[in-house]
Amino acid sequence: MTYKINFILNDEEKTSTLPLGNNLLDYIRDVIKITGTKEGCREGDCGACTVLLGELIDDEVHYKSINSCLYPIGKIDGKHVVTIEGLNLNSLSPIQESYVSENASQCGFCTPGFIVSTTGFLLENVNYELSEIKDSIAGNICRCTGYISILRALENIKRIDQRVKDSARLESLIDSGYIPSYFLTIVDRLKKLPDSNYEINKNSVKIVGGGTDLYVQSEDDLKGTDPFLVFNNPAEHIWIDDNYVFVDGCTTFEEFANSNIIQTLIPSFNKFNKLIASLPIRNSATLAGNIVNASPIGDLTIVLLALDAILLLEKDNLFRELPLKKFFLDYKNIDKSEFELVKAIKFSTLDNESFFNFEKVSKRTNLDIASVNSAIKIEVIDENINACCLSFGGIAPIPKYMNETVHFLTNQKLNIEIIKETIKIIDEEISPISDVRGSAEYKRLLAKQMFKTHIVELFPNKFSVDQLK
Amino acid sequence: MKRDIENHVTGLSKYVDDFPKLDGTLYAYVLSSEKAHAKIINIDFSEVLKSEGVVDLISSSSISGINQIGGIIKDETLFAENEVEFIGEPIALILAKDKELAKQASKKIRINYEELPIITNPREAFEKGLLIKPPQTFSFGDVNNEWQNCDIIIEGRVESGGQEHLYLETQASYAVPTENGVKIYSSTQSPTVVQRAISQVLNIPMHQIEVDVLRLGGAFGGKEDQATAWAVMTALAAFNTKTPVKLVLSRLDDTKMTGKRHPYSSDYKMGLTKNGKILAYEVTFFQNAGAFADLSPAVLERTLFHATNSYYIPNVKATGISCKTNLPPNTAFRGFGGPQGMFVIESAIHKASKVLGINADHIQRINLIDDDKYYYYGQIVKNSQAVNSWTKAEMKFNYSSIKEDVIRFNNENDRYKQGTAVMPISFGISFTSSFLNQASALVHIYYDGSVGISTAAVEMGQGVNEKMIDICSKIFSINRSRIKVETTNTTRVANSSATAASSGTDLNGNAVLVACRDILERLKFVASKKLKVDPALVSIVAECINVKNSQSELMWDDLIHLAYFSRTNLSSQAFYSTPDIYFDREKNIGNPFAYHVYGTAVIKVTVDCLLGRYEIDSVKIVHDFGKSLNPLIDLGQVEGGLAQGIGWMTLEELVQSESGKLLSNTLSTYKIPDIYSVPKEVVVEYLDDSENRFGPFNSKAVGEPPLMYGIGVYFALLNAIKSFNPDVELFYNAPMTPEKVLLALYS
Repeated sequence: MTYKINFILNDEEKTSTLPLGNNLLDYIRDVIKITGTKEGCREGDCGACTVLLGELIDDEVHYKSINSCLYPIGKIDGKHVVTIEGLNLNSLSPIQESYVSENASQCGFCTPGFIVSTTGFLLENVNYELSEIKDSIAGNICRCTGYISILRALENIKRIDQRVKDSARLESLIDSGYIPSYFLTIVDRLKKLPDSNYEINKNSVKIVGGGTDLYVQSEDDLKGTDPFLVFNNPAEHIWIDDNYVFVDGCTTFEEFANSNIIQTLIPSFNKFNKLIASLPIRNSATLAGNIVNASPIGDLTIVLLALDAILLLEKDNLFRELPLKKFFLDYKNIDKSEFELVKAIKFSTLDNESFFNFEKVSKRTNLDIASVNSAIKIEVIDENINACCLSFGGIAPIPKYMNETVHFLTNQKLNIEIIKETIKIIDEEISPISDVRGSAEYKRLLAKQMFKTHIVELFPNKFSVDQLK
Repeated sequence: MKRDIENHVTGLSKYVDDFPKLDGTLYAYVLSSEKAHAKIINIDFSEVLKSEGVVDLISSSSISGINQIGGIIKDETLFAENEVEFIGEPIALILAKDKELAKQASKKIRINYEELPIITNPREAFEKGLLIKPPQTFSFGDVNNEWQNCDIIIEGRVESGGQEHLYLETQASYAVPTENGVKIYSSTQSPTVVQRAISQVLNIPMHQIEVDVLRLGGAFGGKEDQATAWAVMTALAAFNTKTPVKLVLSRLDDTKMTGKRHPYSSDYKMGLTKNGKILAYEVTFFQNAGAFADLSPAVLERTLFHATNSYYIPNVKATGISCKTNLPPNTAFRGFGGPQGMFVIESAIHKASKVLGINADHIQRINLIDDDKYYYYGQIVKNSQAVNSWTKAEMKFNYSSIKEDVIRFNNENDRYKQGTAVMPISFGISFTSSFLNQASALVHIYYDGSVGISTAAVEMGQGVNEKMIDICSKIFSINRSRIKVETTNTTRVANSSATAASSGTDLNGNAVLVACRDILERLKFVASKKLKVDPALVSIVAECINVKNSQSELMWDDLIHLAYFSRTNLSSQAFYSTPDIYFDREKNIGNPFAYHVYGTAVIKVTVDCLLGRYEIDSVKIVHDFGKSLNPLIDLGQVEGGLAQGIGWMTLEELVQSESGKLLSNTLSTYKIPDIYSVPKEVVVEYLDDSENRFGPFNSKAVGEPPLMYGIGVYFALLNAIKSFNPDVELFYNAPMTPEKVLLALYS
């Protein structure tokens, strides 16, 4: 059937009857015919197509950056889409001015994406930390500048930004000329949008969570169709019940990382988060999507495997539980029927004796797909390893829970002999192959080094690198 | 007049894909070879033509001129006919009502191939005699006689990988039929090359073809020769169908179909005294040219020119061999073969330093070239800044204390190890084909006092438009906002050379200089008549007309009105050609370069010896800008070039399958530097005592040279690895990926 969706694009109410699986970038460039949003790679890896997506939550509009090239327009229903054109004022904003004064744009093709990402950061963040704003534009690739002038521009904005008051941030940003004044009207206008005749197409076998890998792999299959778009409930992603952490399957990477529960449970998660993907990808990609995608190197899957997570699968209101480590049968082959959904994921809370670490090495340290990744949860009391979970990606056809190694480590003493013995067992349990992300020989060595890194990171006073050499 | 960059930050700057489409515009999709080397037995287009929305199909049989777009050597067809020689070689162009339908139709092509042997390795091609052209040798002194005088002789092999340009704007062209010809909006560095190729393929005179270039979304050499095919295809399609035709390559097609920086495999032999003085150097470069010549012969020649980098060596023999393989034709990329040549000699010096047990920086320093010596192709050294930039870098950055800090750090840390390296550069400025060193400019002053400049220079992010405005505003002493740089257009500036070889500002800026001075003389005459003074006493200062040093009542606007009403020509067309350059290709000696650009970088890196990943802590550079015309733009060129050089040396890795298929063909598999992978600290000091009579206002070209500072990162990483694993066997095989680092740490 033909769906009609309503949304606001920049300062204008819009209606679209296009198939919901069409992507937002094509809509902006080819249908609306505004061209500041650029196509650089069509796989979420360059950020030239970055736009902001504003969503009404508790009477406020919250903006996040997304890659419009990977975003189905069905997901913008009832929302505010902001392109570079929607940020322009009569004169340059302090952000634009700052890029100009540092000459932080050469050929200019990537620049609108940088401006959108930078503005998106200021819209949502009261505290200006250079490392944080750097993270928010890290998904924007520039081939000309080498980023040094862009970093200088960001430093300058930091200085200008001191004027912006923390309270009434939107008003302050408007008063200081960062964004146009129409932003103040968006809350009311989103509320007044006409009803869409939109309903979730549960008959489609094309199930789209975040779409950040699906649109890269098979955009042609999604375009022109109405896929089954899965939405989450922005109010409740993550909760604790009976010593279990529950995570809604549609929780995005960013929501997961930012939740108080995860930050308390795994304080270092924020550090890992930045290695995993760019902010626009983290704003879209979902945990369930990462799991069912069954990539042997899915970062969140590797994390959840080490947390010994359990999946809650649902089909026709029938639920079943399945340990994540049993979900992966073979390469891209999973224990899930056609219309079954990963509704939620649960795992035990960590106690004080439990330590968690995640490591990832890729050709480019940040924002790259791993050559090998690994996570560990280890419970140590009085030098005894009471319990342990260990996962590796990139060394087998599936994201691998290291059964043999875990079995060996459990109830052992935590000492150098055992660590060395463990490395031998890891060597036997993994079976990497050579591909574009590295040779088998490299991945084998890297996996073993990664285990040593876990140990050095978690028990720095007990083990040194020299000892493990 | 709004500056370009103000349009960039507001998203108003247009690129080919952003231009408004005329009614009826057809969208093109390139059908290309799936095989790296095969005979085409037959092709069945019938299902493609029947596909929804398809209007026409253009192939070799649609050509009324010749099916040939080769530049230096006529060896490259526009559309393959009987044989394909790389995966992605164009076979036909589908024209459809929208881009999606054109792409869908492409899946219906049926081609029967007879597969032929595939060669991707240049040495294998050489053994089979598959060469683009005969080998070329430069020679100086007598290496054969000198080996006996050397205390040590070292030999080795050096590999350097290719590099995808990854301009953010992919290849694009939009062609519109005109009454008897065609107008093309192309994303090219070489409007005239495009115009000539179209003339040849369509068999119409060049004056029927107008090529217009507004700006490019990055190029880096990748649109010098490789933008031509797409422009010619759309021109042919538009001319034949009498309909506008647009072609924008997807990223996937762009990386598949276009050539990259040449991978090189090289053998060297170096003889030194025990103190590190280099007496003789012999090197053979095997260039992986890909399937067709493209610019490979010129790139290879520049490799030979830069085989000795910044060093004076009395006996040198360098041979370049361009090898034909079944890869896309490799092409220009910032540095144009220079970086590949420099990496080999720096590798040889590094190896020699370990064999001799003296520091590499000592060998580098004592062999730096100086005035009145000769570059080994016969050019006498003048105004050398090699030693000057080196000693300034040592002093300003306190190099000895950086080295001491690294030793201390490495003694105190077991997981992380640091390494340093120094990278001097010397890069020759001028097209090495001397005839290309010409440019012209057309300057108009309009009635309202605003100025329009047309040159052959293409703006691709390097800031050449700003520099033209710099020059014009200096000559006329008027506000920059009065001056506009027009599109690069073959009807306004004819017979232009590519915007390449770092020469855009030098050549075109000098032409603008001549044109503006020409008009200025006329304006002074007009003013002198009005003010009744000698024209020699008239000057313009900040838009005021001065006599001697005092202001007259005349302002710029008044003067332009006066000139107009007194029937004075307010336009000028001027020509510039670089003086005193030549190169004798029989003897391979001459004076090919107007001048050289020098500089020295000090690099420090830290390696995580558990995981093999690394960070570049700092790159501190003393760079020879001459008298910089625009310090902020020049700084951006150094920083940006450095990042590309580092990318080439570290993480950018082209991986091919045995069947010749590029596996790292997307941004998710081919990684270019992101904001986290560039150096944590970059310092650029301007060498301020360098003169250059060839550059506008004593400036020097800046585009390519800084890329080569990145080479030093390789050696800094190797030094860090060696301090963790003293037994490591030294290897010179770029890029130094985290994989190579880890394997070396534990070898």
